[in-house]
Amino acid sequence: MRKPLVKATQEGMKSMSIIKHGLAAFAAGTLGVALALPAAAAPVKFDFWFGLSGDLARVVDTLCKNFNASQSDYEVVCTSQGNYDATLQNTIAAFRAGKQPTVVQVYDVGTATMMLSGAYYPADKLMEENGYKIDYSDYFPGIARYYATSKGEMLSFPFNSSTALMYWNKDAFAKIGKTEAPKTWEEVGADLQAMKDAGYECPMAINISANESWQLMEQFSAIHNQPIATKSNGYDGLDARLAVNKTKFVQYVGDLKKWYDAGLIKIKSKDLGQDMVQAFASGTCQVILTSVGDHGTVGKTHKEGMNWDVAELPVYAGTERKNSLVGGASLWVLSGKPAEEYKGAAAFLNFIHDPKTALFWSTNTGYIPVAKSGFDYMKSNGFYDKAPYKGRETAIASLTASEPTEITRGIRLGNFTQIRAEFGTQMQAIFANKVSVQDGLDTLVKNGDAILDRFQQTYPNKTLP
Amino acid sequence: MEKRVTFSRWTVGILFAVPQMLLIFTFFYWPAGQAVYWSLTLQQPWGGGNIWVGLDNFRSILASADYWNSITASLAFAAISTGLAMVIALVLAALTDRQLAGSRFYRVVLIWPYGIAAPALALAFRFILAPEAGFMAVVNRAWPGFWDPGLDGADAMASIIAAFSWKYVGYNFIFFLAAFQAIPRSLIEASAMDGAGVVRRFRDIQFPLITPTIFFLLVINITESFQDSFGIVDIMTSGGPANATNLMVYKIYSDGFKGLDYSGAAAQSIILMMLIVVLTIFQFRFIERRVHYR
Repeated sequence: MRKPLVKATQEGMKSMSIIKHGLAAFAAGTLGVALALPAAAAPVKFDFWFGLSGDLARVVDTLCKNFNASQSDYEVVCTSQGNYDATLQNTIAAFRAGKQPTVVQVYDVGTATMMLSGAYYPADKLMEENGYKIDYSDYFPGIARYYATSKGEMLSFPFNSSTALMYWNKDAFAKIGKTEAPKTWEEVGADLQAMKDAGYECPMAINISANESWQLMEQFSAIHNQPIATKSNGYDGLDARLAVNKTKFVQYVGDLKKWYDAGLIKIKSKDLGQDMVQAFASGTCQVILTSVGDHGTVGKTHKEGMNWDVAELPVYAGTERKNSLVGGASLWVLSGKPAEEYKGAAAFLNFIHDPKTALFWSTNTGYIPVAKSGFDYMKSNGFYDKAPYKGRETAIASLTASEPTEITRGIRLGNFTQIRAEFGTQMQAIFANKVSVQDGLDTLVKNGDAILDRFQQTYPNKTLP
Repeated sequence: MEKRVTFSRWTVGILFAVPQMLLIFTFFYWPAGQAVYWSLTLQQPWGGGNIWVGLDNFRSILASADYWNSITASLAFAAISTGLAMVIALVLAALTDRQLAGSRFYRVVLIWPYGIAAPALALAFRFILAPEAGFMAVVNRAWPGFWDPGLDGADAMASIIAAFSWKYVGYNFIFFLAAFQAIPRSLIEASAMDGAGVVRRFRDIQFPLITPTIFFLLVINITESFQDSFGIVDIMTSGGPANATNLMVYKIYSDGFKGLDYSGAAAQSIILMMLIVVLTIFQFRFIERRVHYR
């Protein structure tokens, strides 16, 4: 009785194994076909981490797809980390664990931290070694010098760049008999009062969190050629200390506070229900100071029929206007990666530097081209004549208003994120009448200096390149 | 004589304890030890090296007015939100326990808030309490300038306390209700027959019998108010305005991760840990004496 049973089982197994072999052969066949395609090219993959989200992240993804489609040797894998802070934090964590991306986007004020990190591969050296000729004088000087070392070497590549502009509601200004944006802060004060008298509830909107340090303190100081810190805003050494409590900035904060108290300025932030860009686009507030990067948003979301435009940030009467600062981020190549990935990174940076990419990038975001060739290419294509993009050339005018001075080339201070946070804290204390303008700014300098002091202690015997 | 099951060799017992000890070591002692080490050095964020500075980090933190402000804010937040969350939950549980109409419904609904993640809850509260767009806009229309969490520190503190308490009312409610229901009905009924009213019964019978639960919740609520407040602060106020809601746990995050001052943040977390330990010891030493365990 047993034998046949065993035999039957054996036969069963035999037929099973035929099926199995058949399946295996079939699978191997398909796999072979599937593998054969990429196996021939096998592009080198490398990571690119960036800090943009939402709409902008989708544009970066398209940019990456375009790069991957443009050649077959390399494949960039682009990952958004949500925002600039998180990108830097995650990159540091990854670097400490030896799992860093090859290319990473680091925001403007992270430049000093990056330069001292010892964790990067100099971008200019990378391009040279891989046979790409980049004309660094092609970059707008205001943009290049923000990221360059004191000797002018480009350790990273400028990527998304913007500057601050004044957005003004033409209809509201027409009501008070003006067809041009105010050029001086004195004029702004009078115009805001006139708008208030004409019945506007919110002539101008500002916010006073850490983020607005950029347009209120940094851009203002640059345009007026006022130092933010000693030692050329930190370019000349880690022993730089803040100086904003002794400059024209004090008068500016005093005026903003005065206008706020008089009801000419309202504070608008997301926490309160409406941020200033929304407040401007909805026609609630008539003047805001924000990045050219918001040009697209205002264009897409403004109230039906509203007439608006952008202008350069005003200056105080009698001031010789200097270039405004570039904001945004640059691309850093990190150390400790294999040579093939560096080749890929170089190709990627070269792709981004291309004027055609500049056109794609600026069309789809509000960012400005970083190089003259990109700007000229866009101008020759009539980009700035068309309605939705008209006005963005004001940003270039603002950035190139003068040759950068010692002070207006940028800010190179350690842990500047914390100084910005301190700015928000002290502005809030000033506007809530807890402290006087001078006392608040003195505290800002005192606490900011403690942050700088700590940064200097963390990097003993090191100097900025 | 009581019969005990014992292991013939002590090594077997150790073997059973090893997995647990490994877990505690990996997730508590090791990181805590690392934090102690970092707090005594100045760490370069990218890991390029560090310098031994002894207690300098602690000295500079304790000399900073901002840090003391942060401690005061944290203590105020802990006291008020724990008080609110516990009193409201106690009243709700007492009412539910009395089998009022709809109490079965409340029993389920009141537990839900605890299931909501802090950031989600904070987003909801940010909308509800927004002075221009939310529910408080109505109040502001009646009394202009009454509610302004963007500039008024007290208003901002009230917002995060409201959000935190709302979440922990649900948590406390579960425990209080269970405690009330564990009290023998016969005790309540007997006192009722003796002529004790609702309030009297609550004061003399129920309250003393649930003191172990009250004590447990007090310890948990205070500890959580130091730690679980992070998500709420991050979404609702980011520590502002003017540091009014910069609680200790949020300051650790912003100094450490945003400011890349890992050493200062490590020192702050050591201080926070000590503070919670001290508070908990204090509670066990002085408050637990008044607790009657059955």
